[in-house]
Amino acid sequence: MQDFAEAFRLAFSLVLSGDADLFEIIWLSLQVSLTALLISCVIGFGLGTVVALSRFPGRGGVIVLFNTLMGLPPVVVGLLVYLALSRAGPLGVLGLLYTPAAMIIAQSILITPIIAALSRQIVEDLFCEYDELFRSLTVPLHTAMAAVLWDARYSLITVALAGFGRAIAEVGAVMIVGGNIDHLTRVMTTAIALETSKGDLSLALALGIVLLAISMTVNALGLSLRSTAGRQAYA
Amino acid sequence: MHDVALKLSGRIADAASSDAATDAAVLNAAALLPLVVRNLSFRAGGRSLIDALDLEITAPGVTTVMGPNGAGKSLLLRLLHGLIPPSAGEVLWAGMPPDREVQKQQAMVFQKPVLLRRSVADNMDFVMKLAGAPDVERRDSLLQEVGLLPLSAQPARLLSGGEQQRLSLARALATNPQVLLLDEPTASLDPASVMTIERIVKDASGRGIKIIFVTHDLAQAKRIADEVVFLHQGRVAEHAPAADFFERPTSSVACDYLAGRIVL
Ligand SMILES: Nc1ncnc2c1ncn2[C@@H]1O[C@H](COP(=O)(O)OP(=O)(O)OP(=O)(O)O)[C@@H](O)[C@H]1O
Ligand SMILES: [Mg+2]
Repeated sequence: MQDFAEAFRLAFSLVLSGDADLFEIIWLSLQVSLTALLISCVIGFGLGTVVALSRFPGRGGVIVLFNTLMGLPPVVVGLLVYLALSRAGPLGVLGLLYTPAAMIIAQSILITPIIAALSRQIVEDLFCEYDELFRSLTVPLHTAMAAVLWDARYSLITVALAGFGRAIAEVGAVMIVGGNIDHLTRVMTTAIALETSKGDLSLALALGIVLLAISMTVNALGLSLRSTAGRQAYA
Repeated sequence: MHDVALKLSGRIADAASSDAATDAAVLNAAALLPLVVRNLSFRAGGRSLIDALDLEITAPGVTTVMGPNGAGKSLLLRLLHGLIPPSAGEVLWAGMPPDREVQKQQAMVFQKPVLLRRSVADNMDFVMKLAGAPDVERRDSLLQEVGLLPLSAQPARLLSGGEQQRLSLARALATNPQVLLLDEPTASLDPASVMTIERIVKDASGRGIKIIFVTHDLAQAKRIADEVVFLHQGRVAEHAPAADFFERPTSSVACDYLAGRIVL
């Protein structure tokens, strides 16, 4: 019990004193997950929009696939990326294993399906709503697409936040492909796992507190966006 | 609202008296007339919802489409505008099917307003940008006409039902159509707004815009119609000049409808 209280005290003092190691880890986590989010948004919104607006054989299968991949276990993604990037793997020559780039790839694969699946639904629903009006007005396809994406922006940002939340909190994929190397690929979640197993609860707790704070901020942002959108009837 | 309606009535009366009798031939050509509908059918769910319908509209002015609920009025409007493909038959506007080129010269106001998730002004700007540059002055004068200028910055989807219908009409007019297809545009409006809309429609008709106006309101049809198309079970039961239709309806279904007896 005393250990526990002591661990908390140390954890807060680490956060408040701006401990260099701690902030290096936080900074890397944010860099990796935000980059993965950016990549996933470009690919995911693109895929989601294309599938929402087009009709082709096998479209139902693609939608089922997106929805299934939303629940991909991070360790499985980690394993697959590991196999691809390992020296003997097809992308081994790139030498990316155990670098932040590998972690970005893994997290992108993890959250792209989430962003694609959710944005597909949002774009399709709004497009259906606008469809007759747009055909009546003979709106060109690119204008229609831009209008739908713009008018759905609040919902789409919420989707991006959900993707970021998943990326920053996952541990399985980055552990496998990053290797949790100090000063190189150690991020918040892998550090927490390591420090806990070593018994250094204060650093683990300090990181846990920061992770929770980030997660709360993301959720609060999402909530305030939703209420803004609701209030203005844009949602 | 009442102020707007009053001001408007004065303005439009002036406009209408100036030169009501413009060259009919020019109007016809401009308004994509004649409209010829041959053997038009639309089937869905095993039912013939529009059933081998023939119709010819040659005169400019206001054609009202009447008929009981489910008669196929909204479907007919969609078919005329080319929004849904017919199961059989054809629609020809001045000899042309309702493809994009024809649609560009028409505007439709849907029974259930479809508004963009944007402000009132942005809804107007969107359609004006499609045709060229948005024109703030023209936008504001159209919004003024329908009494929505004070609500320009409001999100369109927070407007009341009647306000949404008025915005739909203003937005349709903003596209400078030759033909206006209106599906019960005054269904949820208060009496003053109904008058406003009727004046706007009459005014548009006076400028040579062909109006096809679906309504259930007999009094309204008497006020605005030049001719009436009466639909029943997906067919044209009667097509006559307004005066004839209201005074000497020839079909028994139209007689029953006018007398307030249910026709299903
Ligand atoms: N896409 C569709 N598939 C199947 N049935 C349809 C479809 N659209 C309309 N209907 C049916 O066609 C009939 C005519 O519909 P329509 O909307 O044209 O009626 P309406 O004359 O406009 O009636 P109201 O006065 O209530 O607006 C209705 O019975 C309706 O249920
Ligand atoms: Mg209808």
